[in-house]
Amino acid sequence: MLSPEERREIEAELPLYPNKQAVCIDAMQIVQKHRGWVPDEAIQDVASLLDMAPDELDGIATFYNRIFRRPVGRHVLLLCDSVSCWVMGYERVRAHLMERLGVGLGQTTADNRFTFLPNVCLGACDRAPVMMVNEDLHADLTTEKIDTLLEDYK
Amino acid sequence: MEKPLTQNIRTDGTAIDLAAYERAGGYQGLRKALRMSPEEVLETVKRSGLRGRGGAGFPTGVKWSLVPRGKDAPHPKYVVANADEMEPGAFKDRFLLEGDPHQMIEGMIIAAYAVEADAAYIFLRWAYREAAVRLSKAIADAYRHRYLGKNILETGYNLEMILHVSAGRYICGEETALLNALEGKRANPRAKPPYPQTVGLWGKPTVVNNVETFCNVPHILKNGPDWFQSLSRTKDAGTKLYGASGKVKRPGLWELPMGTTAREILEEHAGGMRDGLRFRAAIPGGASTEFITEPHLDIPMDFDEIKKAGSRLGTATLIVLDDRTCPVGMLWNIEQFFAQESCGWCTPCWSGLSWVEQILGAMERGEGEEGDLEILRQQTKFMAPGNTFCALAPGAMEPLASGLTYFQEDFERHIREKRCPWKS
Ligand SMILES: Cc1cc2nc3c(=O)[nH]c(=O)nc-3n(C[C@H](O)[C@H](O)[C@H](O)COP(=O)(O)O)c2cc1C
Ligand code: SF4
Ligand code: FES
Repeated sequence: MLSPEERREIEAELPLYPNKQAVCIDAMQIVQKHRGWVPDEAIQDVASLLDMAPDELDGIATFYNRIFRRPVGRHVLLLCDSVSCWVMGYERVRAHLMERLGVGLGQTTADNRFTFLPNVCLGACDRAPVMMVNEDLHADLTTEKIDTLLEDYK
Repeated sequence: MEKPLTQNIRTDGTAIDLAAYERAGGYQGLRKALRMSPEEVLETVKRSGLRGRGGAGFPTGVKWSLVPRGKDAPHPKYVVANADEMEPGAFKDRFLLEGDPHQMIEGMIIAAYAVEADAAYIFLRWAYREAAVRLSKAIADAYRHRYLGKNILETGYNLEMILHVSAGRYICGEETALLNALEGKRANPRAKPPYPQTVGLWGKPTVVNNVETFCNVPHILKNGPDWFQSLSRTKDAGTKLYGASGKVKRPGLWELPMGTTAREILEEHAGGMRDGLRFRAAIPGGASTEFITEPHLDIPMDFDEIKKAGSRLGTATLIVLDDRTCPVGMLWNIEQFFAQESCGWCTPCWSGLSWVEQILGAMERGEGEEGDLEILRQQTKFMAPGNTFCALAPGAMEPLASGLTYFQEDFERHIREKRCPWKS
């Protein structure tokens, strides 16, 4: 079931577009904001709210990078793996993060604290290498910097 | 030197608010536009010579003039800001949106007035969280001060503006794919024609422009087309945000006259290469453009001149390759991106790009084979413009085709020595 909060937020989007389907990507992002990811039952609920077939909605969900169809940890760590970050030593940063977190890309730490994901260019190439943790951008990454900033995410 | 686009951007990283924006002359361009007819506004932008800053450089006024106007035009009509910016190496739109959100909003309102649009959408990539917060506030403030909504500044003109936060995929930046994404569908591109100017969002006339394109518009209205022409060093008008990333001393972004040379950008603004490194080549306009090398550095970086050098201005944010970084590895990284981000709609792209990516990966690992270069060259032809449904695949081939020319010896060494010569 969608929570009253989720439902309210999704319904607030409806007047901004000429039809219901246009809201579907926003709707899934709203669910994700509340739950961290988009489970099957939410796909069902959003689809019925927007008069769509669940399979159709799932087909849209899987197209977009940002919609998580599997659970994630408390903090999502997105490391830029695009070209400027690659030139500036992304591989070293990746290796250090894997060691510190004890997981590979695409995985969640055993304590459920971090999910570590690759991400395309974050638009901060002049400050490469770069990553986002949840909503925060961290730039000019070095191994020392990573050690201290991970401490901020309990 | 005048820097209209960045004059209000603060060094402390905060955004200029509405009151300060107005004090600095903000919304004067809109006020002036609203005293003119839509045709006059359009004519002004046409005469300014403004070309789209999203990569292709299409003349903005001409694009707007293709929208049906007048009594018999279909409504609602739309204006859309392309704030997707997922091209690796590009970071200019983020800078404009975070530092001066009202500038783009004002440009969009003027554009909407010129094409007689009813609603404006900002298509923003989700990773730009700070830009999203600042744009939301700026839009709300603009509504409160009657720059948006019903009867704007008592002129009888109505416009709604909506911020849409995308769920991310590089193809969403392609303008017809963007329209599908806004409609809540998978972002596969649409066939053109019909062009969005006549059949766009929900089948209605739509103009899609890049963030930096819209940001130029208020200044053109305020100061006139001749002023805009005079900002440039070449016949492409205006200033341009140029950037540099890679191992230069001071990576960054600078507003400079259109037609500034790559050498000036790299040496004067970016401070030259880091100590101990030498310039080898650069990709001038984001990951989907051809390499330029030392002999090209004195060419003015405008749309036409860069084309003569066999490349593309693109986003004008240079990615620099130094003499200690493997060009094959760099191209592998670039092609991995394009292979992953292919929308899967047409075969030459989804199948070709993953093949290219795998060959480059094998070379980097020392598993390259005789004949690989021939396959790569063939692929650049199979995915040349016109052979795929949209410009993603041809864009992916631009760095590769030029790389095969400039770095032939590096590729051959990878195959001959069965290793990457840059890795010990
Ligand atoms: C695969 C692909 C991705 C694109 N991504 C962007 C983008 O992120 N931002 C952008 O402004 N234009 C992008 N473009 C170009 C747009 O299709 C379109 O030309 C542009 O938004 C038009 O705006 P302009 O006339 O102001 O340049 C992309 C094109 C392709 C083929
Ligand atoms: S060229 Fe690639 S991105 Fe473009 S339509 Fe074909 S598969 Fe999709
Ligand atoms: S390439 Fe990493 S932020 Fe652009």
